[in-house]
Amino acid sequence: MESRIEVFTNKKFADVLGNEAKNEIENIGITSVEEIRIVQIYLIDSNLSEEEIRCICKELLTDKLTQEYVFFHGISERESSGQKKDEENVSYSIDVIRKRGVMDPVESTVMKGVKDLGLHVNSVKTARRFLVTGVLTLEQIETIANKILSNRIIEDVFINKDTKFPGNGKGVIDSVFRKNTIEILAVDDTQLRSVSESRQLSLSLPEMKAVQRHFEGLGRNPTDVELETIAQTWSEHCMHKTLKGLIEFDGEDIDDLLANTIMKVTKELKKPWCVSVFKDNAGIIEFDEEYNICFKVETHNHPSAIEPYGGANTGLGGVIRDTLGTGLGAKPILNTDVFCFGPLDVPQKDVPDGVLHPRRSFKGVVSGVRDYGNRMGIPTANGAIYFDERYLYNPLVYCGNVGLIPKDKCEKKSHKGDLILLVGGRTGRDGIHGATFSSIGLTQESEVVSGGSVQIGNPIMEKKIADALLVARDRGLYNNITDCGAGGLSSAIGEMGEELGVIVDLEKVPLKYEGLNYSEIWISEAQERMILSVPPENVKEFESIFEQEDVEAVFIGKFTGDKMLRLRYKGEIVADLEMGFLHKGCPRIKRRAISRSPCYNEEPKISKKTDYGKDLKKILSSWNVCSKEWVIRQYDHEVQGGSVLKPLQGVDNDGPGDACVVRPLLSSKKGIIVSNGMNPKYGDIDAYHMAASAIDEALRQIISVGGTLKRVALLDNFSWGNIDKPEYLGDLVRAAKGCYDTALYYETPFISGKDSLHNEFKLGDRTISIPHSLLISALCVMPDVTKAVSMDLKEPGNLLYILGETKAELGGSHYYQIHGFTGNTVPKVDTTIGKRVMDSLGSAMGKGLVRSCHDCSEGGLAVASAEMSFAGGYGVELNLSSVPVDEGVSADDVILFSESNSRFIVEVRPQNRQEFERIVRSIPHGCIGRVLENDLFTVFSRSRECLISEKIYDLKKAWQSTLSL
Amino acid sequence: MRDGVPEELKPKVVIIRTAGTNCDYETRFALEKVGASVDLIHINQLVKEKGLLDLYQMAVLPGGFTYGDDIAAGKVLANQLRYHLLEDLLRFVAEEKLIVGICNGFQVLVKMGLLPGMSGLHASRGELEQTFTLTYNDSNKFEDRWVYVKAFSNKSVFIEKDTILYIPVAHAEGKFIERDEETLDLLFQSGQIVFKYVDKEGNESGYPWNPNGSVGNIAGVCDPTGRILGIMPHPERYIEPTQHPRWTREGLKDEGDGMVIFRRAVDYMREKMWKEKRVVGKR
Repeated sequence: MESRIEVFTNKKFADVLGNEAKNEIENIGITSVEEIRIVQIYLIDSNLSEEEIRCICKELLTDKLTQEYVFFHGISERESSGQKKDEENVSYSIDVIRKRGVMDPVESTVMKGVKDLGLHVNSVKTARRFLVTGVLTLEQIETIANKILSNRIIEDVFINKDTKFPGNGKGVIDSVFRKNTIEILAVDDTQLRSVSESRQLSLSLPEMKAVQRHFEGLGRNPTDVELETIAQTWSEHCMHKTLKGLIEFDGEDIDDLLANTIMKVTKELKKPWCVSVFKDNAGIIEFDEEYNICFKVETHNHPSAIEPYGGANTGLGGVIRDTLGTGLGAKPILNTDVFCFGPLDVPQKDVPDGVLHPRRSFKGVVSGVRDYGNRMGIPTANGAIYFDERYLYNPLVYCGNVGLIPKDKCEKKSHKGDLILLVGGRTGRDGIHGATFSSIGLTQESEVVSGGSVQIGNPIMEKKIADALLVARDRGLYNNITDCGAGGLSSAIGEMGEELGVIVDLEKVPLKYEGLNYSEIWISEAQERMILSVPPENVKEFESIFEQEDVEAVFIGKFTGDKMLRLRYKGEIVADLEMGFLHKGCPRIKRRAISRSPCYNEEPKISKKTDYGKDLKKILSSWNVCSKEWVIRQYDHEVQGGSVLKPLQGVDNDGPGDACVVRPLLSSKKGIIVSNGMNPKYGDIDAYHMAASAIDEALRQIISVGGTLKRVALLDNFSWGNIDKPEYLGDLVRAAKGCYDTALYYETPFISGKDSLHNEFKLGDRTISIPHSLLISALCVMPDVTKAVSMDLKEPGNLLYILGETKAELGGSHYYQIHGFTGNTVPKVDTTIGKRVMDSLGSAMGKGLVRSCHDCSEGGLAVASAEMSFAGGYGVELNLSSVPVDEGVSADDVILFSESNSRFIVEVRPQNRQEFERIVRSIPHGCIGRVLENDLFTVFSRSRECLISEKIYDLKKAWQSTLSL
Repeated sequence: MRDGVPEELKPKVVIIRTAGTNCDYETRFALEKVGASVDLIHINQLVKEKGLLDLYQMAVLPGGFTYGDDIAAGKVLANQLRYHLLEDLLRFVAEEKLIVGICNGFQVLVKMGLLPGMSGLHASRGELEQTFTLTYNDSNKFEDRWVYVKAFSNKSVFIEKDTILYIPVAHAEGKFIERDEETLDLLFQSGQIVFKYVDKEGNESGYPWNPNGSVGNIAGVCDPTGRILGIMPHPERYIEPTQHPRWTREGLKDEGDGMVIFRRAVDYMREKMWKEKRVVGKR
């Protein structure tokens, strides 16, 4: 019998979630909503009596103080707890329920809670009802339902219906087992293409022909699951076939761009502390005598574009599983997240159909990351957010995770005879074709055709896996592990079994619901699953550890040693592929790349002013520079207790820190520093210098907080437009070369990376590409965290220095941006000077001579020193005449706002002046001012005129008021 | 015996964990630092092996998101304890042992009715009545920020009146509210309000000093015996001097403010062990 339980907030209490929804509705311009109250609905299928259902309502589902309930048991009965639900004045009700198969972790929690009460229910489904009061048109209510309250990709919406929700529908989508073969032998090119397209394989014609040839040799057609496996394995997402393929670049033949640039840095530097690079789920470097540290950052752009919460949620969940699946399993200790959105104040009318408003994407992504990270108990202590109009159509979500791993657990290898165990969540139709979907562009229809590839995560399941896994790891119970990510079992088992060969019985995979065919089981991207290679003698102990944590661990196959990938379903062989062909058979593609004709944007002439205070405030309040406190506080950045430098710093704990410093082990003073660098605006001018600047920026942040270049590892993450366009690919080649030159000189090896190469949006016949977006993430090992330096000014009377040379480099700067220009003079990196600056500063910090330090990045010297000033709560007086400049610099605004690389503002005590100056004497430096006991931020020009005189609280207000949602 | 004291002479503490527990590492670190011997035990095991809890002198329900905070924060674990471990827990309390719930653990203790437990908890399950709740912050957001809390009572064994601690909160459902005025009045009179949120100067104040809108700025309460403590902020996150958000300005202290709570707990247990030994000796 089905019961419907409705739980709602007692009228005495504010409905905070309802108020939040009302607020969002006002933001899209609908102001006539008076009130929204939310009803939480539970649909329970059980054989329980009315009394027992009432017990569930009272004891489990309602807060005794703040909530009320009504329930409908069977058809007619209705029971209420105290005051009646007051629906008479409600104008509309909107019911939102997750589509069948979409993850809802609450359902299993309710099942568990009911079991604790000593009762049993067959199934639970949840829904929400929004009771909306106010004078609204039906059109408005539909807008509210679709734009604010639900996402049709994952949810069904019913307006003003006393909905009889669809039941759980067991078996409704059942399919009959039939082994399918696909005709590709006797077909022509057009038909081959159409097989690829109609089955969403995303394979090119040459690739399809390679498959055809292979099966001609075998004298048979492939089965559907064989084709799927090949498509998953050969996808850009899994194989990086562009960056590892052949590229003809302006007449130069590049065989494997990654090997010739990014990976070459590492090879040439030969750092002994690089433990595992570019082969495992994450790169590993040495930490101390007992432990190593691993780091990985991934993109999850396309899913986040169409379902921001779920996309970001599973993006972070996925990269955490990378850490869990690195070596024999690392403990996740830190998250870092970088997002790119359209400006949040875009009018709704400028947002095309099929695209979510950036405010919605932003809030969804932040909540998705928050809920996964916080629930996993992993601090999110570092990140960045960038805004640009072009991200409106295709926002970017980078999620990163750092892990701690014992030194003797970094290598893994399956043995012949090992059993394949699948642990974690159950398998459903989630995310079918995610790997291939991510390898094509978005269109207005993406949200329709790609709905299946969007999922919601279950962080508690992943936490349980992590808890069990680390116990099993320490007892040495398995030989190999990897996570199920894009491509699901297909990729995980396909990769793990490459050397040995495997046989898998697909019917053994535990399913969320009946009805999946064998192909769907094999390629489903259901979250929170991992694959392990367990020697038969350990299986019992292994299973009991997982059972203790309430996690399923199921034996589904075996490593055979015959180098074949064999899949069986109910005893019948449905795939029989050579591992060699699967992993090496993909024809290498040759792409053409050209360097863009040099881009000559007009170099603007901005007339001289007598007061730059307004410009400074405008930059401080711009989307990219403004305070991100609204986001940062929603992340638990202190769980696990390791935080040493938090993201918010200063006298009121609200200034913008550079990099975060974390102690992975509370018993040791050794720490790690994590930072990110990215400058999409520079890429509009020159991708090479954009890449160099991103590395310089990430390293500057490391140095700013007390790190040194001695032990820094880098990650690259390319998010690019359509690389079928030779000039886009040319820019990518130049960016990779920029990475090579810069990282090699700074002696900072790359240890891992990722790429996402089809970030464009088709709007009618127009194509909008994202800006070139190369994210560089840096990880530094710090011997003593008590030497860390924060960015807030510390004491009046101290001296302020600038280190590094200021050049006329306003191209792509925020100063140009607020005046509506891009310009052409992009900041370049002079690695020779840059390295000397960073090394000198590092040694001054090591001697304890630096009280505060901030790097000059967005907004240049003016913004960096203003931030230091208001974070510390002290005024400053600066003289531009002492700033070391390049001979091309002629104007004060250039000195104020140029974004030249490798520069730092440093606070030094007067008594340390001599010693500090001795250390920096051979690099460009200048003592540019002092910290004052007052609240004035004052800057004098080279001719001693006052250029800026602002109260620090006004500057802080400008910086803080933009992002308060 | 990291600190030279044999394990068997140390007070024994159990951190009760389950799906979604996540402050166990730093809580354990804090307790070991003040000389306790700590075991992490899954609730499933405590339920299976009745009597296991008896081996310990203190139980900690740490922070986290048990069962995802689905339905309501702490609710599912509260029911699990009430329906499956109540006898063990009540015996634990009767033997004058200590219980601390931090953040999610506080939510659990309140929702199972063990805190503030004004109607007494000596009898059966029926008398464990929930009289307060912890609900959504006024800001309707999860917030991580440092707060000052001041001890307003000497009733709790964990803290001395007028002590001010600077420690962080990190929660979405920390607003402490009463069932009715009567229960609130009773709580005020009973001295069971252990901690209140205060501002920098030690005065009661509004947001963000009171980060969630709790009635009476209440941040932590104890039971009538003072041996059960629930606290929303995280004392275990300010143990090491480098955890302070402004140590780079204000210098490194000898130890974090949160230490006092764990140290007093261990002192209590040591004294109790000593007394019990003496009693045994006299016989």
